[in-house]
Amino acid sequence: MSRLSIDNLSRVFPGMRGGAPTRALEPTNLGVGDNDFVTILGPSGCGKSTLLRLVAGLDRPTSGRILLDGRPVSAPGPDRGMVFQSYTLFPWLTVADNIAFGLREKGVEAAVRAATVDAWIERIGLAGFAHHYPKQLSGGMQQRTAIARALANDPAILLLDEPFGALDNQTRALMQEMLLGIWERDAKTVLFVTHDIEEAIFLASRVVVMSARPGRIKADLRIDLPHPRHYTIKTSAEFSALKARLTEEIRAEAVLAAAAH
Amino acid sequence: MTPLAPISNSARVVLGILFFVLFFAAWSFATFGGYVSATFLADPLTMLMEGWLLLVKQGFAFDIGITIWRVLGGFVMAALLAVPIGILMGAYKPIEAFLEPFVSFARYLPASAFIPLLILWAGIGEMQKLLVIFIGSVFQIVLMVAVTVGGVRRDLVEAALTLGARDRGILARVLVPASAPAIAEIARLVLGWAWTYVIIAELIGSSSGIGHMITDSQALLATGQIIFGILVIGVIGLISDYLFKSANRWLFPWSLA
Ligand SMILES: Nc1ncnc2c1ncn2[C@@H]1O[C@H](COP(=O)(O)OP(=O)(O)OP(=O)(O)O)[C@@H](O)[C@H]1O
Ligand SMILES: [Mg+2]
Repeated sequence: MSRLSIDNLSRVFPGMRGGAPTRALEPTNLGVGDNDFVTILGPSGCGKSTLLRLVAGLDRPTSGRILLDGRPVSAPGPDRGMVFQSYTLFPWLTVADNIAFGLREKGVEAAVRAATVDAWIERIGLAGFAHHYPKQLSGGMQQRTAIARALANDPAILLLDEPFGALDNQTRALMQEMLLGIWERDAKTVLFVTHDIEEAIFLASRVVVMSARPGRIKADLRIDLPHPRHYTIKTSAEFSALKARLTEEIRAEAVLAAAAH
Repeated sequence: MTPLAPISNSARVVLGILFFVLFFAAWSFATFGGYVSATFLADPLTMLMEGWLLLVKQGFAFDIGITIWRVLGGFVMAALLAVPIGILMGAYKPIEAFLEPFVSFARYLPASAFIPLLILWAGIGEMQKLLVIFIGSVFQIVLMVAVTVGGVRRDLVEAALTLGARDRGILARVLVPASAPAIAEIARLVLGWAWTYVIIAELIGSSSGIGHMITDSQALLATGQIIFGILVIGVIGLISDYLFKSANRWLFPWSLA
């Protein structure tokens, strides 16, 4: 049973100043089951962000439709939490107030709000930083806060657009473990965009590979690595085999994408 | 000197004062040295003496007070009306489409050219002075605030949308707080311009205020008094700037480092 189902979804951006329109996303079908962790892997410009923004309701499709728990998506809403690649914490709010943003908007009473916020600050390892402003945080801390801000709202699905793209490798690995830990415990449904193959495999219960522009889904792979996953799994033979296979898929697309430019 | 490299606070103060010292030195040199006739430019000592006499003998403190009151009155009236309109214009495109052409046009109407008309409408009382400052400030504030609010980072608005914020929430919890420091900065800037309008308003048809004193002094060829009046305005500007900046630092700690 799919929580999220995407039917024939496409997006064409009109051409600028009479130029040719950009087909960012070819008609695409995708179902995301309850408690799935789906990572979307694809070369730059293949329409990954476009797909995610459509699901979030931040953009309207040219054709097709999106159903979340059977209801069509037509506008952004708190049932689809989003973490962006750029840092989008509200600079005028502290870490605690950022995390509380969605709860305040929902009208959750102050005491409950404070408890939820405290719990999240603890879970993302930012105890002691509750009253810091985003400017006083490192990139990794900001993205952790952004994840907590989205999850504090308890969305039906969490959308992440290359959230760790700007972080160094060590920080990135720690963040992956943190996110995976949250998913393993809370049974969330997640759609995660990345162009890092290791990241895609390590996090996923399913990896979806997109083709070079115009974007289509080209491969859909179940990842049956055991849980809870530990970072050492990245050196296992099973992991390497998956990585080799996906590297091959992606390489073909990257070559196409490079040729197109 | 390295571009954009910060300097220490004490160095900043010393350099700032140094300019004033050099300025007074050059002025003293020109006047005491006899290079400029006293009729055209009084020396610093004469200026200070005449200023002192103005304050103790001619009730100049009252003029200063009334001018400050006019500036603040006109400016506050303008800001109370213009800031909300500017915010709505920046946030809602139909309102912008409706008001923007008129405001852009009105912004270029010189406030000083309204003085004769305002004297006809409102007489030469206080209301007329306030209106000059009001007209000079209101359109500028509307337009600058609208641009600021319209330019709030899209991704912050989108983040708020995915957190469940709707129209009112976006306006009150994203657009307004995101633009607040820039709006305070606009207010500081426009208040500076308001000082120009008030003096012009007082030069014409007024019986009190710093501008009125300056016109009177011109008839008496008292250049010391004129310069003293101008310097008083400068000092008030300096103080109000300082107050604004401290208030901003205190109100918006997040926008600084
Ligand atoms: N608002 C827009 N207007 C016009 N074209 C757009 C717009 N947004 C995206 N595109 C085009 O759509 C295509 C897909 O963009 P998208 O941002 O979805 O790629 P992506 O897969 O997320 O790439 P990356 O990995 O670099 O983030 C690109 O060719 C881009 O130029
Ligand atoms: Mg992208």
